[in-house]
Amino acid sequence: MTVAGVDIGSNTAKAVIMDNGDILATSLIMTGHQSRLAGRRALDLALREAGLEEGDIALIVATGYGRLTTDFTDQKVTEITCHAKGAHSVQPEARTVIDLGGQDSKVIAVGENGKVVDFVMNDKCAAGTGRFLEVMAAALEIELDNMGEVSLESESPASISSVCTVFAESEVVSRVAEGTNKMDIVAGIHQAIASRIYAMTVRVPFKEKVIMTGGVARNIGVVRALEKRLETSLVVPEMPQHMGALGAAIIAEERAGA
Amino acid sequence: MVAEEGRKLYLKIDATDRMKQLMTEYYIDAKGAEGTDRPICWITSGGPVEFLIAMDVIPIYPENHGAMCGASKMGVQLAEVAEGLGFSGDLCSYARLDIGSAITHGGPIGGLPRPDFLLCCNNICGTVQKWYEELARYFEVPMFLMDTPFIHKTTYEHATEYVRKQCLELVAFLEEQTGREFSLERFAEVAMLSVEGIELWKEVLKTAEHRPSPLTCFDAFIHMALIVTLRGTPEVVEYYRLLKGEMEKRIENGISAVPEEKHRLIWDNIPIWFEMRNLGQLFARNNTCLVADTYTTAWAIDIKIDDPLTSMADAYTGIYLNISIDLMFEKLLALIERFSADGVVMHSNRSCKPYSLGQYDLARMVTERTGKPVLMIEADMTDSRAYSEAQVRDRVEAFIESFP
Repeated sequence: MTVAGVDIGSNTAKAVIMDNGDILATSLIMTGHQSRLAGRRALDLALREAGLEEGDIALIVATGYGRLTTDFTDQKVTEITCHAKGAHSVQPEARTVIDLGGQDSKVIAVGENGKVVDFVMNDKCAAGTGRFLEVMAAALEIELDNMGEVSLESESPASISSVCTVFAESEVVSRVAEGTNKMDIVAGIHQAIASRIYAMTVRVPFKEKVIMTGGVARNIGVVRALEKRLETSLVVPEMPQHMGALGAAIIAEERAGA
Repeated sequence: MVAEEGRKLYLKIDATDRMKQLMTEYYIDAKGAEGTDRPICWITSGGPVEFLIAMDVIPIYPENHGAMCGASKMGVQLAEVAEGLGFSGDLCSYARLDIGSAITHGGPIGGLPRPDFLLCCNNICGTVQKWYEELARYFEVPMFLMDTPFIHKTTYEHATEYVRKQCLELVAFLEEQTGREFSLERFAEVAMLSVEGIELWKEVLKTAEHRPSPLTCFDAFIHMALIVTLRGTPEVVEYYRLLKGEMEKRIENGISAVPEEKHRLIWDNIPIWFEMRNLGQLFARNNTCLVADTYTTAWAIDIKIDDPLTSMADAYTGIYLNISIDLMFEKLLALIERFSADGVVMHSNRSCKPYSLGQYDLARMVTERTGKPVLMIEADMTDSRAYSEAQVRDRVEAFIESFP
């Protein structure tokens, strides 16, 4: 039986097609301003990669912020439940999921069965999210994808005291004006994020193993900074951004089989 | 499983029409009294209104008006007026929009009638004192402050006496302001009607103990208006008798407020007035009924007829916002138990510090003691700029998905 999970996030839309527990195809595109179309396109891309048509799919589960506006999906589940499910499938021993996405950061406590036990989310403020990093990358004129590597070279991270995106940006601009090294500023930004996520993580409270999902997990600088704060190593799956879509596909499989 | 789309998620309460009529009459009457010899007093929501009713003073509640402005989605524009004058955006949004409305006569009813004097009771917060001092300066009217000592563990005789004496001072203040004489007989009559109204209100809320519940806390938030503003009048007694009858009839006929009630939750903090309808539907769509709350029960106070002054002093001192977290926890636990709730939704209200401070501790205490989960949502009672609909929807749905 073939199923699909589609995760329409604030930044990227992802799809995963599964057949009896095996991943057949995945896709990832920018969401842009029309999230409904983005979900559709992500699914179409994955279908093409798998050489399938929509009619071949038994059940499609949507997740992410754009889930409610889709009309081509059968069921809708929140990304909190889906990330827990996806992360559990790649790392069954994980009891804590740190998901840092485009506009949300979440820390999820997961049970042995992959179900959500508890979760904490950032407040309305976007500090610590992918969007926060994007703004900082723009202020520093460096590529988002390079931030992680760049920060690892820092020996004395700059102090970025604010976790508010707007205030932190002006702090970064001040550091630039003072002539602080880019690598130190970036490392400081990562520490600020780690500090904020740390506060959320201990509130859950966290249990090992800890797995990190979402786009920010691709930033090795944030991962290292978090590991230092939490005093534990983080598991980063091969495709951290796809964990929500994967979870949605697994839920589709469970429900289609039920 | 989410309830099918297109089903009726909200069941209208028939009595609502009567309540709207009473509230409309109240505001029309109050506005008509402006500039006449009928005195108008602005009073805080936790203030002892019985004294005003007994002296034929028209009570006006800026907080009730704040809720109306919020529900009409006019909170932000009024708050901006106050912010433009230099009031901090971190100040309580009721205070900000009340100040904005006082200056511009803005809001759904064109502002409140001008007060002749003010009655401020600090049992709900410390902000009200500064807020009412602003009003007193702006309107150039006198203000009476009733100071209720915070209860850490228990009430003390001297504290009760301190508040009881202030009740007597309030009487003298009112006599001076109105030029009328206070009648203990009339006061006892009002207190009796107040008790009757409060008892009926408690019974209305109690009907939600039934599974499935005939009402949600979103209904209670709307129908509390009269117990807040006009308790001590016969109309209130008559109204809650009507409402109680309707709820009992729903139970008899097997009618529930939420079409398919599966989960039952308790709400903590002031409602998010501008988002009530959406939130009510969101929970209903997810087969969840908010069966009780810590807010509307704040007006379910005990007044004893044989000694109204002393019991009022105790009742007004002991309200939910004037007690320690340990005591709040006891009340919350009792609600969870009494209403067979599966968990708690806490509104971390940017405006209301005394209500929101300590919620994380309360949440932890609830889960430790009962094993029941608590959901925290960040918002503001009337300032929609502090609210993100998509985030809250996500949290609510994920919370409900995590139920067995």
